[in-house]
Amino acid sequence: METFVQLFVNGLGKGAVFALLALGFVVIFKATEVVNFAHGSLVLFGGYLVVVTRETLGWAGAAILGIVSAGLLALAIERLLLSRSKLADPFSLALLTIGVDVIVTEELVRRLGVSLPFVGDAWDAQPIQLGGITLFRTHLVALLVATVLITAFFLAFRYSNWGIAMRAQAENKEAAALVGIRSSGVTATAWLVAGLLAGVAVLFIATQDFSGAGLSRGTHSIALAAFPAAIIGGLDSTAGAIVGGITVGLVDALSTHYISFAFAKSAVFLVMLVVLVARPSGLFGTRESTRV
Amino acid sequence: MSEASVTDRSTVEEPARAPVPASRRDIGWWARKAMWLALLIVLLALPLYLEAQWLKAGQYVMVGAVGAIGLTLLTGQAGQLSLGHAFFLLVGATSYTVLSAPTDEERVIGFGIDPALSLVGAVLITAVLGLAFAPVAARLRGIYLGVASLSLVFLGLYFGQAAEELTGGTSTGRSPATFELFGFPFSNEGDLEILNVPIRQTERVWYLFLALLVIAFLLARGAVKGRIGRSWRAVRDNEASAAVMGVGVGRTKAGVFAVSSAYAGLAGVMTVLWFDILKPDESEFGTYGINVSIAYLAMIIIGGLGSVPGALVGAFIVNGLPQALALYSTQAGWSTGTGEGAFTPILISSFVYGAAIILVVLFEPGGLAAIGRRIAGRLSGTQRGKETTQ
Repeated sequence: METFVQLFVNGLGKGAVFALLALGFVVIFKATEVVNFAHGSLVLFGGYLVVVTRETLGWAGAAILGIVSAGLLALAIERLLLSRSKLADPFSLALLTIGVDVIVTEELVRRLGVSLPFVGDAWDAQPIQLGGITLFRTHLVALLVATVLITAFFLAFRYSNWGIAMRAQAENKEAAALVGIRSSGVTATAWLVAGLLAGVAVLFIATQDFSGAGLSRGTHSIALAAFPAAIIGGLDSTAGAIVGGITVGLVDALSTHYISFAFAKSAVFLVMLVVLVARPSGLFGTRESTRV
Repeated sequence: MSEASVTDRSTVEEPARAPVPASRRDIGWWARKAMWLALLIVLLALPLYLEAQWLKAGQYVMVGAVGAIGLTLLTGQAGQLSLGHAFFLLVGATSYTVLSAPTDEERVIGFGIDPALSLVGAVLITAVLGLAFAPVAARLRGIYLGVASLSLVFLGLYFGQAAEELTGGTSTGRSPATFELFGFPFSNEGDLEILNVPIRQTERVWYLFLALLVIAFLLARGAVKGRIGRSWRAVRDNEASAAVMGVGVGRTKAGVFAVSSAYAGLAGVMTVLWFDILKPDESEFGTYGINVSIAYLAMIIIGGLGSVPGALVGAFIVNGLPQALALYSTQAGWSTGTGEGAFTPILISSFVYGAAIILVVLFEPGGLAAIGRRIAGRLSGTQRGKETTQ
């Protein structure tokens, strides 16, 4: 029982990070119907900048720089590439992001070489003993940060002008444009927000407590596991991203312990397949209906 | 992924033309036929002139071309996004190796079946597995299907790792049997010469791959131009209206998945014959990982979604470039280095195909095939113009 509680807590901590990543996918998809395959490279980019500037700027400064840069890279991808191809459909644009991802990831992995740096952390890395349970501080901080950020996101989504514009655009693009909502502004902000979230997530991914391995191609593939998280929840559901993220975190932690480390990665995808067969648009996604 | 947006791509592949009576075939038609014939003759003659290492590079392009044709039918023609292509390659490669391996090996299973039959068997097994995934595929659309098929890659790598009796395990792997056709070995055995050029393993495998590619190409072209291709495009453009027109949507989707998997299975057999070792790498960046799925997707995007000749061009760029760069750099003594931070041929070609994807989507969504078609159209157009003025 104790192990189970332990695993559950670990799973929640990881799940919070997956939720941040999944929320990034969902925000972009909601605003533009584009699936961002370049999300993993945003994560790597943020992490890379933290690693190279940590010495000079200190951890906090580097972290802020990393987060902001990941956001700006996302914004640049949207402004420089996606918004330029007005005629291209979301499907082609999703393919375009694959091209971006290949280039950015290959270059960053080349720069990292064989060194696998951790991004380091500002908090005391000693685990806390609580009863028979070991709590990793990284997980606790991740949970706390994710809760704050996600709450802030939902408040903004509900009450701010941006949130209202975004929801209007997701509902009906033409109608939103008719009432004077600038779609380019909404789209750009969505990408910026997704990039910022990716930049925050990497601060937890590339630590000892999370994956045990530093910043590398593996970080990119962990970000890829947020894909199932977004799909399980439903690509167009912001609340679904949280549920999906936590599901992925729990499945990962439990299957690593009870089955094997090698199986854990496939387990996440297996759970996703089961969810998709039962509900083809994810748990909270809107079902597409066809009118004939 | 709304239905309306997908229809925009319907312009990508030329609509199936009604067969033109021979008398009305214009110069452009004959020019195109002559071009294909010339290409085939060049490909047949190349082994007599090229060194073995360049032939080996060419073989890898042909492997990619067969796989890319299969994917372009599924993703371009029928509109089903698949990130699971690497899985079907792995299934094809493993099936061939297991079926053709001798029965008396200690560590691994083998059935000792004739290699040519094993190849057919591997293609059939892959097609059946593709069909088995069809019920899932039938329920899903667009990106949901893409990520669902991605899960096949991860499951495949896990099983490849777990089932060591089949794959030989990730650390050692196992060797596939040498291919044979009616007792003729595709190895260095036996003396065979054409125009004083010894036809050894590399040359023989070249001809084998070329034959497989030509068959794969002609079958795909036939399907695209015929009734089957029309039903694929109908389902891609709008499932509801396809159903109204009497196309069995579920059956069509399942069919194209099986066809595409069969192509991937064949490409898998070719892959394992090319590498001469079966190794289901643990990481997702190995021979059968997600990077391979993405490379195949890159081929068909660069070539032009849905275009069968485009798939050849895409394979040439994505699979051929790293090979050619590696050979050039060693021959020209141009050291790219292998150490940390080196610009390896694989890295450079990744940049090139990443950039190619971006440029294609931004400027020519029809891919290189569309550019080719436009040039061909302009050429035949001017020729026709000249005729009328004469």
